[in-house]
Amino acid sequence: MSDVAAKSAPSASDEGAFTRFLRATEIDSRLLGMIGALALIWVGFHLYGLFFNGYGAFLTPRNLWNLSVQTASIGVMATGMVLVIVMRHIDLSVGSILGFTAVAMGVTQVWYLPPLLGLGSPFIWIITIIVGLVLGTLVGALHGWVIAYLRVPAFIVTLGGQLVWRGAAYLVARGETVSPVDSTFALLGGGPHGSIGAYGSWIIGLIACAGVIALIVLGRRQRQRFGFPLRPIWAEILVGAVGCALIVGFVLLVNAYPWPSGIVRQYYRAAGLEMPESGVFISTGFAIPVLILIGVGIVMTFLATRTRFGRYVFAIGGNPEAAELAGINTRWVTLKVFALMGLLCGVSAVISSARLNSATNALGTLDELYVIAAAVIGGTSFSGGLGTIYGAILGALVMQSLQSGMVLVGFDSAVQQIVVGSVLVIAVFIDTVYRRRRK
Amino acid sequence: MSELAAGSPAHNTREGETPLVEMTGMSKSFGGLHAVDRIDINLFPGEVVGILGHNGAGKTVLIKMLSGAIRRDSGTIRVNGEEAPINNPRDAKDYGIETIYQTLALADNVDAASNLFLGRELRTRWGTLDDAAMEAEARKVMGRLNPRFVRFKEPVIALSGGQRQSVAIARAIHFNAHVLIMDEPTAALGPQETAQVADLIKQLKAEGIGIFLISHDIHDVFDLADRLYVIKSGQVVGMASTKEVTKDEVLGMIILGKCPPNAVPGPGAIRD
Repeated sequence: MSDVAAKSAPSASDEGAFTRFLRATEIDSRLLGMIGALALIWVGFHLYGLFFNGYGAFLTPRNLWNLSVQTASIGVMATGMVLVIVMRHIDLSVGSILGFTAVAMGVTQVWYLPPLLGLGSPFIWIITIIVGLVLGTLVGALHGWVIAYLRVPAFIVTLGGQLVWRGAAYLVARGETVSPVDSTFALLGGGPHGSIGAYGSWIIGLIACAGVIALIVLGRRQRQRFGFPLRPIWAEILVGAVGCALIVGFVLLVNAYPWPSGIVRQYYRAAGLEMPESGVFISTGFAIPVLILIGVGIVMTFLATRTRFGRYVFAIGGNPEAAELAGINTRWVTLKVFALMGLLCGVSAVISSARLNSATNALGTLDELYVIAAAVIGGTSFSGGLGTIYGAILGALVMQSLQSGMVLVGFDSAVQQIVVGSVLVIAVFIDTVYRRRRK
Repeated sequence: MSELAAGSPAHNTREGETPLVEMTGMSKSFGGLHAVDRIDINLFPGEVVGILGHNGAGKTVLIKMLSGAIRRDSGTIRVNGEEAPINNPRDAKDYGIETIYQTLALADNVDAASNLFLGRELRTRWGTLDDAAMEAEARKVMGRLNPRFVRFKEPVIALSGGQRQSVAIARAIHFNAHVLIMDEPTAALGPQETAQVADLIKQLKAEGIGIFLISHDIHDVFDLADRLYVIKSGQVVGMASTKEVTKDEVLGMIILGKCPPNAVPGPGAIRD
């Protein structure tokens, strides 16, 4: 991240053509910086593995598929953290809320519901998820209420919450690990069964491509209708083509990762069929948690940019006093933002505990660090009023790439902690430099 | 003192008419400090009333109580003769009271149209923000106020002082205000833009809007206001018609608290 941003800024010599290109395509230079950082991390870890371990494991379908699943939980929470930080607040309790709701969902589906509904009842996973999301929302709303109406700083409320909910997570299950989770619930965590396969992935990919093209066409028509300046046609086509190419590439990638042979054998045995000698290639396709992340990203982008609520969040972040004078109920908006953050912690708790196939009170420990780092790397500013949802999701991908890359090449967990902590500080430093330059 | 005022015909040219805004006994203290101490003030339709005083005299606190930004300790606000319970900015806007704050109160990170419609966004029939319609409206109203304004896509922090000011003014007049409060409207402006604001005030006055003009620039007030109130240490020194007092006399009111013979003295006037 640091190298790329530092390089792209002083390359002012060829600025003419490049700036004009950015202006025409309306691509944010920060977005390019982030993609550059991501490419650097990916290639760097791959080459490191190649040279030092004799095997480059990073740029393989298997690893990238896993990376997409690992990003889901952090990414979902990062979209909420964007709004929290945009409003000049912070939430240090997201990891603990995740742990608490995960354990609460664990005991709901493993201890309480099966005796009532019978093991394997299709209602178990639905009720469990409702319980988790409602609990998460309530916890977030409680934080928001204390922050907005009792005027305790968010830093303190959520720092206290970090301990409170971690403790509550312990009490709910007396510190036990609750497993295994409901079999339908487990699908939400991904894995070969929790993925949609080759055909499903192609359908999703084609819908996404159609969506990209529709957005470009509608946007252009809207601008024409009100006589606003238009992007040059080559820029429109380029943006559309690159967008679709990325989507198709992603589909090809997830389809290139086959089911592990053990699972294929199980599958054939369960179906009562003979497995062919030569082996079978069954594409995994998109994992369900990745689809959840994409869905959350779309909904949150809509909330942030197309609704009153989102407009108020950004206006309050830009100038809280002005928002108040404009008649915005800033306290109510604050409460809602924290409640939303809690809801998203609940969603992440579903993904994490389903992926682990169990719920422990340690689930989500230190997640707040990753989530905040993801939002900041994604361009959310601590001075308030600025941030994007897609940026935070990319930021989550950057953080997760660093993390799993270090695991892959065999770095110590001690080294991992040092790197992750430093990256957070460096990201904020780059952000301040970037903003000072723009003024 | 107030009995005297009632009996002085020269200053009650519009007696019998219901004031657009009538504030009586307005008080606000912060800790032990009486920022505003039992102030009575009124405003008639199509009238510009200047409120003068030193920094810290209590002008801004007084008008913030009217605009709902500060809660008053005591006092009554009547709009068109009826008591108006104004407790927050939304209440004031519901009564058609709009304010242009000295700080402009703009959200710096969003664009002109979003600022113009902040708190009163136009929405599509699905309940989403109708940004295109808001920008089109903003282009219309800004075209009237400041025809050279073209930077609609940029956050207002990128705009010049005068452009930011016109965004704040556009926001106040776009929603059919009956009462306009202008707190130091020309403080950040150059001579040409100041003249523009003066023209605008005359135009709004002709439309029957009542305007409170808060200023420490005595020339502004003499050029534009029909009447003026001078406030010192949270109390009214006196009220006068701008035609019947001289600038020197008004300076004496502001600095010394001395009320000239042609003005109606208030509780804050020094007695000799």
